[in-house]
Amino acid sequence: MSLVEIGNLGIRLGGNTVLNDVDMHVGSGEIITIVGPNGSGKTTLLRAIIGAIKPSMGWVKKSAGLRIGYVPQRLHIDETLPITVRRFLSLPRSVSDSVAQDALATAGVEDLGMQQMTGLSGGQFQRVLLARALLGRPQLLLLDEATQGLDQPGSAAFYRQIETVRQHIGCAVLMVSHELHVVMAASDRVICLNGHICCHGAPGQVATAPEYRALFGTGTQGALALYQHEHTHSHDHETTA
Amino acid sequence: MTGLDSFLVRALLAGVGVAIAAAPLGCFVVWRRMAYFGDATAQAAILGVALALAFSTSIFLGVLVVSLLMAIAVFGLTGRGYTMDTLLGVLSHCALAFGLVAASFLSGVRIDLMAYLFGDILAVGKNDLVVIWGGVGLVLLLMWWRWSALLTSTLNPDLAYAAGMDPRREQLILTVALAVVVAVAVKVIGALLIVALLIIPAATARPFSKTPEQMVLIATVIGGLSAAGGLQVAYRFDTPTGPTIVCLAAVFFAVSTVGSLIRGRAMN
Repeated sequence: MSLVEIGNLGIRLGGNTVLNDVDMHVGSGEIITIVGPNGSGKTTLLRAIIGAIKPSMGWVKKSAGLRIGYVPQRLHIDETLPITVRRFLSLPRSVSDSVAQDALATAGVEDLGMQQMTGLSGGQFQRVLLARALLGRPQLLLLDEATQGLDQPGSAAFYRQIETVRQHIGCAVLMVSHELHVVMAASDRVICLNGHICCHGAPGQVATAPEYRALFGTGTQGALALYQHEHTHSHDHETTA
Repeated sequence: MTGLDSFLVRALLAGVGVAIAAAPLGCFVVWRRMAYFGDATAQAAILGVALALAFSTSIFLGVLVVSLLMAIAVFGLTGRGYTMDTLLGVLSHCALAFGLVAASFLSGVRIDLMAYLFGDILAVGKNDLVVIWGGVGLVLLLMWWRWSALLTSTLNPDLAYAAGMDPRREQLILTVALAVVVAVAVKVIGALLIVALLIIPAATARPFSKTPEQMVLIATVIGGLSAAGGLQVAYRFDTPTGPTIVCLAAVFFAVSTVGSLIRGRAMN
């Protein structure tokens, strides 16, 4: 059964329609990637799923007692708030030292426990956020551009970690990313969003869909060359470039 | 209970009580950048005093109601066309002005506005002590009960939503706690200086804290020392008590800031 069901979802923010007529569902254990240009409503969709934004139309239904692990796009911690990595992991629910240590190790940052959150590098910070999201043994992991600020090897390693994590705890993953070549290869399904769902399906189908090409144009051709379904690509576009 | 018959002992208990309640709340005010919000709530207190005198009810009740209304008005109006900054600027000064005008109508009652603007800790009676410690107890209970949710919402509202919490509700709880502290503190430290007692100990504690809990603990100690020490100094040199307490807190802040600067330089 589905962890999340979204039907006819519409969201207006400050008079603008951000999302319109979105239907989708997330099944347990699947990896779904949402792609789309800036301002296409990707973050808004994730925030509607966690309940931070109320739908103006339609509905977001979550299975009862759904445990969500959420890694936001960016998290600013005020300089005036002292907090160690270890203390951060115990929010909102307190966890034992060994559990916290395991989570840090899984996320690849085992030595950071006593550091201040505000003193971490961008990559360390994202991994700590991931570690924290994993602590509640989530059934659904939501990642919003989780690799922002990481270099390419860093983000590749990050997504490998996600893959390992999924095998470990069997959670579904719904992620937003710009790095199409990295994430699409690992996804079961891809949803191409631009205010509404333009197209969706297996990565191969989406990559060749005209709606997807219209949004991402020829700029992604290089990126898609790295991606396994590249041979299904029509090469007509390259002549137009 | 002969101790409570001494006005100095009562003043000490009142001052330390308010400092203890102000410490955790003050930390949240600093972390969430709510200083101006605190000002608005505190300045509404004068209107509360005037209304309480006009209707001959308890000052505590009048201040509590008006501060709560002010806090809830700000809470409800945020994000509806005005920036927080403008909204608070309008509401806090309106409340103060209306309060001062309303007080001027109360010609029958001799009201010493200074006592409510700057506090009159030496006039705290036994009944006041009951009200103050009741309020302190309530605030500490709220903080203890909601601690984890408050902290998560303060770090990031979306993290709180994802954990099934409602950060708007947590903000409302903070708002209510703030109104209670203002209501119990208006007699002790005065409407104009309440925010100082919230913020200065928290800011002083910041450089020496590694966790939020440490910061609250250190702020409590600094607030308590300021209250107790300020009272002694004020008694000895016959200075106004509320401002003296804040002056002492300011000295702690200066020492802490200089100390952490020197330490920072030594480490580099």
